Amino acid sequence: MLERDEGIRSMATASETCAVLPAADLQRLLDTLSAKGYRVVGPIVREGSVVWETISSVSELPIGWRDQQEPGRYRLEQTGSQEIFGVVHGPQSLKPFVFAPREPLLQIKRSKDGFTTSPTLPQPEKVAVIGARACDLAGLVIQDRIFLNETYRDPYYATRREGLFVIAVNCTRALATCFCASMETGPRAQRGYDLALTEVDEQFMVEAGSEAGSDILSTILLPAASDELISAAASSIHACAQSQIRRLDHSRLPQALYEAHEHPRWDDVAGRCLACTNCTMVCPTCFCHTVEETPDLSHQDTAHARLWDSCFTQEHGYIHGKNIRPTIKDRYRMWLTHKLASWIDQFDTSGCVGCGRCITWCPVGIDLTEELQALLTPGVQPPIALQHKDGT
Amino acid sequence: MVNPYVIHPATIVEKIREAEDINTYRLQLVDEEARRRFRFKAGQFNMVYLFGVGEVAISIVSDPDEPELLDHTIRAVGRTTKAIADLQPGVTLGIRGPFGEGWPLDEAKGRNVVIVTGGLGCAPVVGAIESIFRRRNQYGAVKILHGVKTPHDFLYRERFDAWRRHPDTEVLLTSDQPDKTWSYHVGVVTELFEQVSIDPAKSTVLMCGPEIMMRLGVPILMRRGIPATAIYVSLERHMECGIGLCGHCQMGPYFLCKDGPVMRYDRVAQWLGRTGV
Repeated sequence: MLERDEGIRSMATASETCAVLPAADLQRLLDTLSAKGYRVVGPIVREGSVVWETISSVSELPIGWRDQQEPGRYRLEQTGSQEIFGVVHGPQSLKPFVFAPREPLLQIKRSKDGFTTSPTLPQPEKVAVIGARACDLAGLVIQDRIFLNETYRDPYYATRREGLFVIAVNCTRALATCFCASMETGPRAQRGYDLALTEVDEQFMVEAGSEAGSDILSTILLPAASDELISAAASSIHACAQSQIRRLDHSRLPQALYEAHEHPRWDDVAGRCLACTNCTMVCPTCFCHTVEETPDLSHQDTAHARLWDSCFTQEHGYIHGKNIRPTIKDRYRMWLTHKLASWIDQFDTSGCVGCGRCITWCPVGIDLTEELQALLTPGVQPPIALQHKDGT
Repeated sequence: MVNPYVIHPATIVEKIREAEDINTYRLQLVDEEARRRFRFKAGQFNMVYLFGVGEVAISIVSDPDEPELLDHTIRAVGRTTKAIADLQPGVTLGIRGPFGEGWPLDEAKGRNVVIVTGGLGCAPVVGAIESIFRRRNQYGAVKILHGVKTPHDFLYRERFDAWRRHPDTEVLLTSDQPDKTWSYHVGVVTELFEQVSIDPAKSTVLMCGPEIMMRLGVPILMRRGIPATAIYVSLERHMECGIGLCGHCQMGPYFLCKDGPVMRYDRVAQWLGRTGV
């Protein structure tokens, strides 16, 4: 549940709250959450990927499945094991639960004084999401900073956020696309969770990260985790961090990327980017949105809603008759510079959490860690083919 | 919890034709309480709403001392503004606002004010000029340099004539492509800099118009000794929310709908003129 201090909680110390839950008893946790009025949501296998869906039984979870992710590639495979959270993640982060892809804002009706507007806030709902990853939580904390800050508290986001209960699963296996260790956001869930599980040999080490989480733990009365389990969980998480093959060097950001504005690499990546918007749709932190007006046929009643937008669209940079970012080069540069550089100036954090989704779900496999590395390497002359005929 | 998305009905009480595709709409909030509470600063903007169509960001051009009537000059260029162009007095639009940072009219008190504008881009500074003349004795010399592409784009003629009659005030006009009715300078607005004396230590510059005008104009002013910290520019980007949330109006690290649209030049110097920013 969201606490007022920006939804940020201190990390639960291991000795205080570590409990053990046998995998065979996970259903008890789901039942307890249901009994407390939560709609329980977890990852399920659908059409070759995992997506969030309302669940009632552990058997609906992707038991025995693992995901393989690479640039432009996502595959699920069945290993035959009893591992419950073998799939690291699908295309969705926690973002859709709080910043809805389409959020009705107002219903506006004609009246004798012109019109009346009624805000259409979402119905408060208690939702418990099981299976969120450290990168997803890092994304949630960043979204909190955007939508719930000192100067502005978005009522739509806040209503959804208030009812969200997050059961994180610490990662013990890294994908080829993961780089959370270098972003210092994972693989252990750091903050923002209510409960955190670490799956070790058909049992879970359970930690509470909030009062609401402790409350659930006290209801199901779990025995304390053994020192062996605690240390096995810690070493699995550590090994996961060590095994990450990608990293993003953010030490010279934001300035180094601002200085790379005219780097020839932007032309190179623009030649590959399709401006399809996939990276922004799967990103846990991208917050751009547009407003859509949908009048009914009688033109007496109209719905005013916001929906996810992307800086890769033509319309994003449009202003009375001209486009600020007419080329794909302009738009990719906008996205990457915002995500990794200006985001720091705006929100005092990177806009990247190292989940790697933009790498996996890019249809041409553009890898932002590779692009950044190239952009931070002093520019080279463009290939001969791109040079002017007079050799300049 | 304040809901910044709520739109307040506002009636068109007067429509003033400025040019073929440009009108100024004088709007009055329907709700008396909303009308009484509405206060704005010159340079701020409203989101103007047309039922069933959508919203557009439009600067408030009227005098901030008369917040009961809100003037918005709108050129018919997009889907919403073209639909608004057909509307007549009596019709109800909607308003959300005011949003953004306005002109530094308090900081400029006791100083000379140089106003450099181009085309319809002068709209955001019109309210500031009215505000200055309302307190004429609180400011030093006022110089208004206004450039248009063609005489057709020269709006607010009567206001310019009225401003010219104030003491210690110069109004200089220029057109790139004059016709035979044009009796002022011919050329771009930066050429007018040569025709005025500017005390660099005592002047605040307010600039509003196309970015190219700022990019070419500011270095000339700075060469004459005006520090970047005394130059303010009003910038434009696509704006949908007005609260720095929808992401469209970014320029480098800034959200122009809340950090701007008026920005001190030294803060945006490195971003102005960068391609695609």
